[in-house]
Amino acid sequence: MSFLIGESMTGGYGGADILNGCTIAVERGEIAVIVGPNGAGKSTAMKALFGMLSLREGAVKLDGHDITKLSPQDRVAQGMGFVPQTHNVFTSMSVEENLEMGAFLRTDDFKGTMEQVYALFPILKQKRKQPAGQLSGGQRQQVAVGRALMTQPKVLMLDEPTAGVSPIVMDELFDRIIEIARTGIAILMVEQNARQALNIADKGYVLVQGGNRFTDTGEALMANPEVRRTFLGGK
Amino acid sequence: MQDFLNGFMLLSNFLIVPATAYGSQLAMGALGVTLVYGILRFSNFAHGDTMAFGTMVVILVTALFQKMGLSIEPLPTALLAIPFGIAATTVMVLLSDRLVYRHQRKVRAAPVVFLISSIGLMFVLNGLVRFIIGTGDQRFGDGERFIIRFGEFKELTGLDEGIAFKTSQGLTIVTAIIVVAALFWFLERTRAGKSMRAYSDNEDLALLSGISPERVVMITWIISAALATIAGTLYGLDKGFKPFTYFQLLLPIFAAAIVGGLGNPLGAIAGGFVIAFSEVTVTYAYKKLLTYWLPESWAPEGLVQLLSTDYKFAVSFVILVLVLLFRPTGIFAGKSV
Repeated sequence: MSFLIGESMTGGYGGADILNGCTIAVERGEIAVIVGPNGAGKSTAMKALFGMLSLREGAVKLDGHDITKLSPQDRVAQGMGFVPQTHNVFTSMSVEENLEMGAFLRTDDFKGTMEQVYALFPILKQKRKQPAGQLSGGQRQQVAVGRALMTQPKVLMLDEPTAGVSPIVMDELFDRIIEIARTGIAILMVEQNARQALNIADKGYVLVQGGNRFTDTGEALMANPEVRRTFLGGK
Repeated sequence: MQDFLNGFMLLSNFLIVPATAYGSQLAMGALGVTLVYGILRFSNFAHGDTMAFGTMVVILVTALFQKMGLSIEPLPTALLAIPFGIAATTVMVLLSDRLVYRHQRKVRAAPVVFLISSIGLMFVLNGLVRFIIGTGDQRFGDGERFIIRFGEFKELTGLDEGIAFKTSQGLTIVTAIIVVAALFWFLERTRAGKSMRAYSDNEDLALLSGISPERVVMITWIISAALATIAGTLYGLDKGFKPFTYFQLLLPIFAAAIVGGLGNPLGAIAGGFVIAFSEVTVTYAYKKLLTYWLPESWAPEGLVQLLSTDYKFAVSFVILVLVLLFRPTGIFAGKSV
C-alpha cells in the first residue's frame, strides 16, 4: 500500500474525460515523477490527487485513508502540500510573509520550520524582507516550495517546478528536492525536463492520453529504448 | 512681508485647512471602497449610503446621550456614539452580505453582478435612512466649536487675516491619522491582516494555504463598516448631515480610490487628498489672495474663481476620466478597472 495513491482515476473538467483510469502512487522519502507528451493529462492527474477536480471513477488514498471526497484545503490539513505551476507566490508580500501564510493553518510555533526552509534555501533568508514579486524566477520557485513546506507536509506535490528557469537553477532546485525527499517527505512532481527529472526519480510515470503507458523506476525508464525513442527525444 | 503673511493665512484658512479635513474624510471613505474592491473584487456603490446609515445611527445615539446628559466637553458627544454606530453598521453590512453577496459568491457571479447588486442595496439604504431620519439637514455637533478662533488668531499675530480652526476639522485630521495608522498596523502586523493581503494578492494560493475566504470577507466588511461610520460622522460634524450629500459623496470617494489605484490602501489616502485639494483649489476665489500677493496695480477685478462651487463634482469627474484614460491603474498601480 503506497503512502499516497490515486487509483484508476477517471475524470476531467466536465465534458470529455482527460484522465482515463490512470494510477499514480508515491512512497515516503521517494521522488515520483510524471512525464509525458503535452496534453497527456500530467498536471490534471496531479490536480486530481490534490482534489482540484472531482473524479468520476477511482479513489485517492493518503496513508490508507480514502480522501477522494476531501477539498484541497482539507487535504492540506491532512498533510499534503501543493506548489502550483504559476502564480505560486504572493507577489506583493515579503518572502517571510509568504512563508508565514504557508503556515496559516498551524497553531503551534512555526519558527523552527521557517529556519529549516531558510537552511534549505539560504538565499531566501537574505531576501526575507523583499517582496516575492521582485525575486528572480528561480528564487520565486524556492519561495513557492518553501511556502508549501511550512505546513510540514508528508507529501509535497510540485507542478513543473523548473518551468522557465535556467539549467543551472534547475539542477540546484532538483538537488534541493532530493534533500527534501531525504527528510522522509514523499515527493510527486510533473516535469517537462523529462531526462533530468527521471534521473533523480525513484519512480517514473509516463502518461499518454490520460492513462499509464510506462511505469518503472527512473533508471529503468531512462534505459528503456522505447521510452527513450518516443519521449526523451534521443537514442 | 506683512502682505505675504496675510495672503498665506488667507490661503490656509480657506484652502489648506478645509481641504486637509475634506481630504481626510475622503481618504477614509476611499479606504473602505478600496479594501472591499481588493478582497471582494467589486466596486461597492452602497458605500456612500453605508456612511449615511452609520452617521444616522450616530446622530440618533448622540441625541439619546444628550437627553441623558452625557457629555465629554469640550469634545462633541458624537464621538461617544461612534462605537454604537460602528456596531449597528457592522450588523447591517454583514446582514446584507448574508442576504445579497454571499449567494453571488457561491454561484461565482461576475464582478458586474456584484456591482449591480450593490447599486440595489444603495437604493434600499438610501430609502431606509431617509425613512428613519428624514431628508433634511441635521446638525449634531456640540462641545467647543473652535480650536483656534478667527478673532483670537488675528489678535495674537496682529495680522489682518486669521485662521479659524474648527474642532471638527482638528478631530477629522487626528482621527484620520489614528485610523489609518491602526489600519496599516492591522494589515502589516496581524495574522488576520496578512491573510487579507494574501487573499487580495492571490486568491487561489490563499485557499491552498488554508485561509478561509468567508472569514476574510467578514473582516473586510467589518473594517469597511467601521471606516464608513467614522468617515461619515466626521464629515457630518464638519459640514452637517444630509442623506443626499452622502449619496453624492460616492463620486469623489470613487475618484479618490481609482486615482490612487483600486485595491491599494496607500493609494486611497493619496487619492483622497488629490481629489480634495483639486476640488478646493479649483473652486476657490483667488481675488483677495491676489490683492495681497500682487502689486496694487495688478489687482484683479473679477473673483478669479476657476469654477463655481456648484460644479465641484465636475472636478472629480474630470480627474477620474483623465486617470482612466492615461493611467487606468492609478498612481500607486492598483488593479486596472
